[in-house]
Amino acid sequence: MAEQKPSTAIEAVESGLAAQGYIASRQIATAVYLSQQIEKPILVEGPAGVGKTELAKAIAAWRGMKMIRLQCYEGLDEAKALYEWKYAKQLLYTQILKDKLGEVLGGAQTLHAALDQLHDFGDVFFSKEFVEPRPLLQALEQPGGCVLLIDEIDKSDAEFESLLLEILSDFQVTIPELGTVSAITPPTVILTSNSERDLGDALKRRCLHLHIGFPEQRLEERIVESRVPGISQTLRRQMVGFIHEIRSLDLKKLPSVSETIDWARVLVLLQASELDTEIVKDTLNVLLKYEADIEAAQPQITTFIAKAARSNVFG
Amino acid sequence: MRENIHRFFRAARGAGVHVSPAESIDAMRAVAQVGFSDRTILRDTLLLTLAKSQDEKLALGDCFDLFFSQPEPRQEQPEGADEDPSQDTDQAPSSAAAGDAGGGSPQEELGPLAQMLLSQDRNATAAAIASAAGAASLSDIRYSTQRGIFSSRILDAMGLQRLRDDLDQLTATNPALAERLRAALDALREAVRDTVSQGLALYAREEAENLRNDILRNAPLARIERRQVAEMRALIRQIARRLRERYSKPRKRQRRGHLDVRRTLRRNAAWGGVPFLTAWKRKHRDRPKIVALCDVSGSVAQVSDFFLLLIHSLHEVVDDVRSFAFSSHLIEVSDILEAKSPEEAMAEIMSKVGFGSSDYGSSLVDFEKDFMSALTPQTTVIVLGDARSNNLDPRADILRRISERSKRLVWLNPEGRLAWGFGDSEMPRYATFCSVVRQCATAQQLERAVSDIVATYQ
Repeated sequence: MAEQKPSTAIEAVESGLAAQGYIASRQIATAVYLSQQIEKPILVEGPAGVGKTELAKAIAAWRGMKMIRLQCYEGLDEAKALYEWKYAKQLLYTQILKDKLGEVLGGAQTLHAALDQLHDFGDVFFSKEFVEPRPLLQALEQPGGCVLLIDEIDKSDAEFESLLLEILSDFQVTIPELGTVSAITPPTVILTSNSERDLGDALKRRCLHLHIGFPEQRLEERIVESRVPGISQTLRRQMVGFIHEIRSLDLKKLPSVSETIDWARVLVLLQASELDTEIVKDTLNVLLKYEADIEAAQPQITTFIAKAARSNVFG
Repeated sequence: MRENIHRFFRAARGAGVHVSPAESIDAMRAVAQVGFSDRTILRDTLLLTLAKSQDEKLALGDCFDLFFSQPEPRQEQPEGADEDPSQDTDQAPSSAAAGDAGGGSPQEELGPLAQMLLSQDRNATAAAIASAAGAASLSDIRYSTQRGIFSSRILDAMGLQRLRDDLDQLTATNPALAERLRAALDALREAVRDTVSQGLALYAREEAENLRNDILRNAPLARIERRQVAEMRALIRQIARRLRERYSKPRKRQRRGHLDVRRTLRRNAAWGGVPFLTAWKRKHRDRPKIVALCDVSGSVAQVSDFFLLLIHSLHEVVDDVRSFAFSSHLIEVSDILEAKSPEEAMAEIMSKVGFGSSDYGSSLVDFEKDFMSALTPQTTVIVLGDARSNNLDPRADILRRISERSKRLVWLNPEGRLAWGFGDSEMPRYATFCSVVRQCATAQQLERAVSDIVATYQ
């Protein structure tokens, strides 16, 4: 381990992620640094579109590791997440090896003797060759380590959480027929959740809990700057200020960072130089995804633009 | 510092963050990685490893700030206190100088505490208070009434006795110095008192909260004070969460019934009917359907309020709730409760039907006329009321029909059993048609009642 001061190491994480176009707050960088140091998964919670999944991608790109993604949904089970036996291959091989088997067992006089001989060959058909690794097992088998993203864990069933516990705490899985498979290099595990349901305490206990909320204005400006390079500084400030005003409204779905970036792209495409009521009205559907929300925001647009412009002067 | 982190874990538990031993080990490992030099990084680290939700993060962040800000007020306190003596010295520099110069040798005869106070070494004083607080095990403080005893313990540990002797001696030999020392002692007392208050805020919260919740749980709902209503609501929400956790998870094994012969044979047709895979019948289990009739006339209104709050926060457990409120006549209130916050909803319900004198008979007539179809054989009907019908016709026959149409009929009465049947109470007459009649006056009884109702469906 490099004898590095933690504060500089955390800054290194920050700049490393920034090089991949992910502007991380100090908390995020600390979490990434810690998860590497004490080998614990990170559980990322927060509203949709604040860059939870993006964080995993950025870490993978930064460290030059492969990213393995497991998308959770209701009904996900171990056959799809962990491993499966290749039934077809097993069947096919028994057919092909039929003669060979006959040969091997030919010498046996009684059924009992044949059985004994078969036992000597061990579990030929339940060996590694017949295991189809699914994302979780794949992640453990990567020789150089990898980033394992378990996306939207809150969508899966409560039983699936229990399945994850062994992997998360010890980086190993137990396959009854093969024994325990340990990770060659412990993967960096990122779990994301939209808090659709409460996760179990056992799962939470094994993770670093990171909450990513909506970013501060400065940080969001930097994010837009890195993602949409073509946008002018004044427009950037105005639009981020405007979005922060919008977030103060009581809406069904608040615009998050991904919407900010989309909107910035749209404004660049329309070659807007600064915000005005017309252009905001025309493009409000990029920001707000519900008709009711748009209606609620409509009357406020002019005030918000004025406010954003004013904060621009002082900011 | 390790000691400090352990004390912080205790404080965190006090702030309502669950810190298990395993978590504290993890946190220690993380802290060992980042070190103590940078406070913001330390804060982030502890928040990441200990807190498990956004609420806990906020609570823990506050706790961290309080805990680690502790040295500062303590430094300021002696500083503020030091100013007085220093003003003294400003006013009479000659006397102090004379005291110092002339009393160079007497000072050496003083005890360590007196010397420390006179030397005005703020850091040393702060450190001495901290170590004395440790010796007096300040982290064991539980109640605000213990403040005095802990203060005196800390002062004793710092050597107050010796200081007093010194003071007596000095008053005789060197009055000016004695005056200074006395002022410094007052300042020290104040600093210690602040330390103890801080300790109380940090460590005693959990215990105090438990005690308060315990009292609240057993307080009669109907006579609760206005300022406690919000706390009570929080408590009810907590109860709802507990009930949800207990009953929302389907327990598969329990549901397995007999072997399903037909499906087993069909599934194993491929193996010539040899049953490799078995299929089992599943016991059919209904999720609770609840119809609640709540009396909202004066005496029972508050209990109904909490009851409705509880029932309507059980979405995951209860399939379908329809609530009705009545005093002299009956209306359906499910929509109001779903759409509005508890406070607004209750206000609206009260303005619609509340404040009348209760008439159970006509309310039951209203129910039979419009809502009898809401009852199915899976429905549990809960009536919450004191059954005091102002000597009007109770119409127990309607209650009988309700009972016949539903799975169970539960009557929750906020009054004690002794009062049933006295005065205008119709409880005995209604009770014949109820599956269960129970008293329900406190939050605890409310929890038990609802828990039993839900459990019958499991």
